[in-house]
Amino acid sequence: MEQKNNTLLIYTLLYFAFLYVPVLFLPLFSFNDGNYMSFPLTGFTTEHYEEMWSKSNLHNALWASIKVGVVASTVSTTIALFAAKAFARYKFRGQNISYGAIMMPFLIPEIILAVSLLIIWLALGFKLGLVPVTLGHILFCTPFAMLILIARIEGFDFSLEEASRDLGENAWGTFFRVSLPLYLPGIIASLLLSFIISFDEFVLAFFLTGSDATLPMYMWAQMRFVQKLPHVLALGAVIIVFTTLIVLLAFWLRNLGQGKKKAEFGINIHE
Amino acid sequence: MNSSFIQINEISKHFGSVRAVDNVSFQIHEGEFFSLLGPSGCGKTTLLRLLAGFEYPTTGNLLLDGIDITSLPPDKRPTNMVFQNYAIFPHINVEKNIQFGLRKLGLSKEQIEKRVKDVLSLVKLEGYEERFSSQLSGGQRQRVALARALVRQPKVLLLDEPLGALDKKLRDEMQLELRSLQKEIGITFVFVTHDQQEAISMSDRVAVMSEGKIQQLSAPNELYKNPQNIFVSDFIGETNFLKASTKTQDGEYINVSIENLGEFKIKNNLNISENSFDAVCSIRPEAMKIDTVKSDWDICLEGKIRQTSYLGEMTKFYVETKELEKIITVSSQHFDNQSFKNNDCFISISLEDISLLDKK
Repeated sequence: MEQKNNTLLIYTLLYFAFLYVPVLFLPLFSFNDGNYMSFPLTGFTTEHYEEMWSKSNLHNALWASIKVGVVASTVSTTIALFAAKAFARYKFRGQNISYGAIMMPFLIPEIILAVSLLIIWLALGFKLGLVPVTLGHILFCTPFAMLILIARIEGFDFSLEEASRDLGENAWGTFFRVSLPLYLPGIIASLLLSFIISFDEFVLAFFLTGSDATLPMYMWAQMRFVQKLPHVLALGAVIIVFTTLIVLLAFWLRNLGQGKKKAEFGINIHE
Repeated sequence: MNSSFIQINEISKHFGSVRAVDNVSFQIHEGEFFSLLGPSGCGKTTLLRLLAGFEYPTTGNLLLDGIDITSLPPDKRPTNMVFQNYAIFPHINVEKNIQFGLRKLGLSKEQIEKRVKDVLSLVKLEGYEERFSSQLSGGQRQRVALARALVRQPKVLLLDEPLGALDKKLRDEMQLELRSLQKEIGITFVFVTHDQQEAISMSDRVAVMSEGKIQQLSAPNELYKNPQNIFVSDFIGETNFLKASTKTQDGEYINVSIENLGEFKIKNNLNISENSFDAVCSIRPEAMKIDTVKSDWDICLEGKIRQTSYLGEMTKFYVETKELEKIITVSSQHFDNQSFKNNDCFISISLEDISLLDKK
């Protein structure tokens, strides 16, 4: 038994090393005062981080990514909320097909999605830019948002909504006074995760941005010049920290309601 | 008292090919405790949801206090419901739950406070204002659900098996409490249950339902003493059925031949036709007498006790006889399983305790 546990432990450690060591090189080299990502480290500096403040291209790209991310996550979460509610609450004709249709962008290779959007967008005579990127991201984020929200809504006791109607609230009042507050942790989790997905999405952006670069596009462009590499590392390190925080927050929120439910059953046992 | 306070006129509700409620008409009186009783799937809950406005009838119409409410949404009806699982809003406390339905009634802040205070004392929940649903026991949740519905002062309170989730002792307590509460406030209660004992002990009148239809609508004692058909006789309490066929009518009596027992004159309350092979005789276990010796009652059968179950206040005997095909159930408060030698016994039946029913 002892032996077996050790093997498992080593496997686990190797797995995590494979997963996270490469990522940890980014922050490590972002504090190194050389231009190359190689050992030995030559000295500690924060100049790459300071450099980020002065790059207006970077600021523009960051701002573009935030705009796209906010719009894409809001729209896809809204669409997904209504869809998830319909799937969880009602049985209707074509339910499986429409569920599959919404989930499809999961399975279609992103590059094919990107190429087909590009072709249609240009054929319609529109200009490339952040608008088609945002639309692409909405398409891409909606299935993720759906998965999160369906998980949240499926355990929902719909007699709470009936109770609200019974107590004199109409459909809107019920939505805002009962459904929304109870779905809220799921909605926020969905917003955060959709934002993250949009924020670091590259393929769709690559095909559809034209001249307005998003942050991943900007980073990709910088990689071609060796002397610009260090501040991309710094940027990468900052993004890792923020992404991790947001994802942790999203999971914490997602589990918030579930934890409460357990407590409810727990307390039930007394008396 | 308005005896047609709620009018249910030829109401049907179909779900696909299922007729959950099948052309039902009856009236509920103002201020009565009315129960809809039946096994699961009999349509009682659907009927309650039609009254609440969560479902709309396929055909027929509903009148409440003279107003057609058939197509009104739930928020426009003067009814309130106590849900089976109570449906207490988990994100707001008891006080806010109770205030929930007062928002649109146009009351002043003082009026709202007074109503909440009054209803909390009515259901004995003073001091629980700040609690959340997760911090309440089943019985307390039920009181919150009751308070939340009553605070709106509805014309009708609808209750969907509200006692089902409680343990037996608490359920018995709540039965008494609900009943006295209803008498105190005088609101019409429509109570759905599958528990015949519950319906019988609480209600002014009971509608027994099965397969979407009303089988019988009457006062509880009538249901028990004069069941209108086999379903009701079987569903309310316990009974023994004996095969029978009718012969000729004789005044209000009819000559009935009961399987292997001979011919008897029995009261024909349900106007069962002459010369019918579809008749059935029903006899309650406690209406029969079990004894160690023969009696001079109308019918006296010799039998062997096959099984007994001791129930405290009485003992049930399952007795096999030469004459009857089925084992019959007899209950007795005097005898127990020690009383009979070799399980030999005599069962006596008086003709007035036999109800004649139609098989169809």
